[in-house]
Amino acid sequence: MADKSKQQEKNESLSRRKFLKNSGIAVGGLAVGGALGSLLPFKDKTTNTQVVKNQGASESYNLALMYFTREQFNIVEAATERIFPADDKGPGAKDLGVAYFIDHQLSGDWGFNSREYMQPPFFKGEKVQGYQGRLRRREIFDIGLREFQNHSLTKFKKNFVELSEEEQNDILTDFAEDKINLTTISPSGFFNMLRSSTLEGVYSDPLYSGNRNMEGWKMRNYPGSQMAYTQVIDKEFTVIPPKSLKDHLGH
Amino acid sequence: MAKKLPKVDVVIVGVGWAGGIIAAELTKQGLNCVGLERGIERKTEDYFMVHDELRYALRYDLMQNLSKETITFRGNEKLRALPMRQYGSFLLGEGLGGSGVHWNGQTYRFLPYDFEIRTKTIERYGENKIPKDMTIQDWGITYDELEPYFDKFEKMAGISGEENPLAGKRSSPYPTPPMKTTPALEKFKKAATNLKLHPYNRPSANLSEAYTNPDGVARAACQYCAYCERFGCEYGAKADPVVTVIPVAKKTGKFEIRTHSNVRRVLKSGNKATGVMYVDTTTGEEIEQPADIVVLTSYVFNNVRLLLQSGIGRPYDPVSGTGVIGKNYAYQVQKGNATGFFEKEEFNTYAGAGSLGMVVDDFNGDNFDHSNLNFIHGGSIAISQTGLRPISNNIVPKGTPTWGKEFKANSVKYANRVLSVGGQGASMPFRHHYLDLDPTYKDEFGDPLIRITYDFEEQDRQLAKFLTDRCREIMKEMGANKIDTMQELGPYDITTYQSTHNTGGIIMGADPNTSAVNNFSQMWDAENVFVVGATAFAHNSGYNPTGTVGAFAYRAAEGILSYKQKGGILA
Repeated sequence: MADKSKQQEKNESLSRRKFLKNSGIAVGGLAVGGALGSLLPFKDKTTNTQVVKNQGASESYNLALMYFTREQFNIVEAATERIFPADDKGPGAKDLGVAYFIDHQLSGDWGFNSREYMQPPFFKGEKVQGYQGRLRRREIFDIGLREFQNHSLTKFKKNFVELSEEEQNDILTDFAEDKINLTTISPSGFFNMLRSSTLEGVYSDPLYSGNRNMEGWKMRNYPGSQMAYTQVIDKEFTVIPPKSLKDHLGH
Repeated sequence: MAKKLPKVDVVIVGVGWAGGIIAAELTKQGLNCVGLERGIERKTEDYFMVHDELRYALRYDLMQNLSKETITFRGNEKLRALPMRQYGSFLLGEGLGGSGVHWNGQTYRFLPYDFEIRTKTIERYGENKIPKDMTIQDWGITYDELEPYFDKFEKMAGISGEENPLAGKRSSPYPTPPMKTTPALEKFKKAATNLKLHPYNRPSANLSEAYTNPDGVARAACQYCAYCERFGCEYGAKADPVVTVIPVAKKTGKFEIRTHSNVRRVLKSGNKATGVMYVDTTTGEEIEQPADIVVLTSYVFNNVRLLLQSGIGRPYDPVSGTGVIGKNYAYQVQKGNATGFFEKEEFNTYAGAGSLGMVVDDFNGDNFDHSNLNFIHGGSIAISQTGLRPISNNIVPKGTPTWGKEFKANSVKYANRVLSVGGQGASMPFRHHYLDLDPTYKDEFGDPLIRITYDFEEQDRQLAKFLTDRCREIMKEMGANKIDTMQELGPYDITTYQSTHNTGGIIMGADPNTSAVNNFSQMWDAENVFVVGATAFAHNSGYNPTGTVGAFAYRAAEGILSYKQKGGILA
């Protein structure tokens, strides 16, 4: 039954695409909206909702890049997987979509440090005074990822993504422990940023493209976004299936 | 030339807890008040999507935008202060309700000892107990004098709690019963009792049950959703100025709130204020608001900065120890704690409330003998169940790498198997801890940033170590399989979150030579200026500050009303 309806959807969506193509309405991906929708022979309203729901669950449209180049993306995907690897408890950073999360974050406020004080003059300070550089996060990522690559080539004569897991760990350790010298950025500073954004991508609401299908939360029995815990707050440990912010909008 | 508006009775700078309380109390008595708030308007409906750890806890959605204004910091006077470019140690609130929107709701009364700390310390241990540079002084008010105002604040907010056997006397019980006791809290309670300590449920502004306050404001009970600190409450269950005092003030028709209004100067003529100058940040226009009385109720840093920029009061000079504005900046000694790992049990620590906790005060204030200890005061020790949100809480036993296979395995394994007992240490003032204007860094208008000169002292290191040991004993009694504790306090580090309990700078006292405001929060040097907030604390206690700020605000409101009638210095 389920398979049958899936097949039906596929046929309809193929014919829909064909219709759009033949009708000449879809130009440059701009064909959207009510007027066109009404032209289409589509399913009844109930089934339509079902389709939207399925698409939501398997989600895909935001798996594209806003900032990284393909090469940068591949390095980030490989490096974050080493920071948070897949194991028998559950998926790692790669399958949770962490690299997409970081890419999307870098394209917004966080990547531009736009809610942080970035006025000169810039002086090197004490460690306890915090970050005092003039570079913004997206620039630090550009430099850091290039240096991952440089260091891999110097040490192992290969690109970072072509290294074995052990070799990749080796490169990351050199950064984490400041075993290499860089004039532009702090190697451990970059590593720590990569590490913390990896955890953000693993555990933030799936709204932000990481924590795919809430698998990060499921792994540690975190219930995500619940409206109330009055029923369990004074009880022994209770596993609650997770909810995300999307559930609050009534989808 | 600034646009000049018609004069009002009172202009209030910053509409958070202090500003909201003052507005409610004054407008009830018929005074016309204008509240200038530099942030945006806020309401409960804003928090529909609030269970978002990334947006609120890590990207600081409710906090002041540091690109426009921050503070600068240095450990001592020999160093160059540098701007706090990103958030860390504390979080500056902004917008209607101020930090009262994103607080946890932990609502204590400072101890009787706090208000008379110098006298009582000398009485019990002699003058030599106080190190040469430690500038503790009595606050010019006693606990008993302040008690009715604590009571008023607690009834307004509906604080849920039970009697603390080691605190000052109460004139009436808490308005609502304590919050629920969870298995983790129960464990702490049992352990503390076994150790002959005196545990009690933490006083909470997250309502344990539906409550209607004396102003007629009704609020719903807390749902233990675990999103309090850094978040706004979508139920209005957490007491917040926006759901308590601000609507009461508005209902009188005598309170006008102007958001996006950033006050840059208090204007004066002779030794009285004439009003304030602010910028409408939506248009950039400079506006003058004349007033009979000016009340500063923004956060600690901005209260001090406004006075220094406006040339009101005598700036503190750390070399001679004279002057008062900027004096006795203090903080909190927060790092003494013990983390326990439980192999055989899991806990619902994903659930919680900002003020859900169990506390002992056996090692707070002067509740224990300091004769053989190298510090004074102490701290509250507590287990807190505020909700362990997953990005920020990946607690692993010491020795676990910070990333990779083993890190992941342990962080997942212990996600619901970790409990912490923490000490909230008092912070004593020192001659060389102070606030002044930074000579280099500016805000978006070109005005100087406030500069913090502060570091931990031997007093703090000893206290943190002492609290750590007590926390470890409790955690051991709780039956943890493995316990990790703080090793050393280290220097004060502005990059790691500790607490948003910055205090001092415009301190309260009985002597105009050593304090900036009297016990009505009225400035000695400008009688129609009242500065209300934790700026008045001559030191910081081993508790969260809001309960005491609230009490000061109610007393200040009374003072302002009487000043409006009679004029002159009140105390």
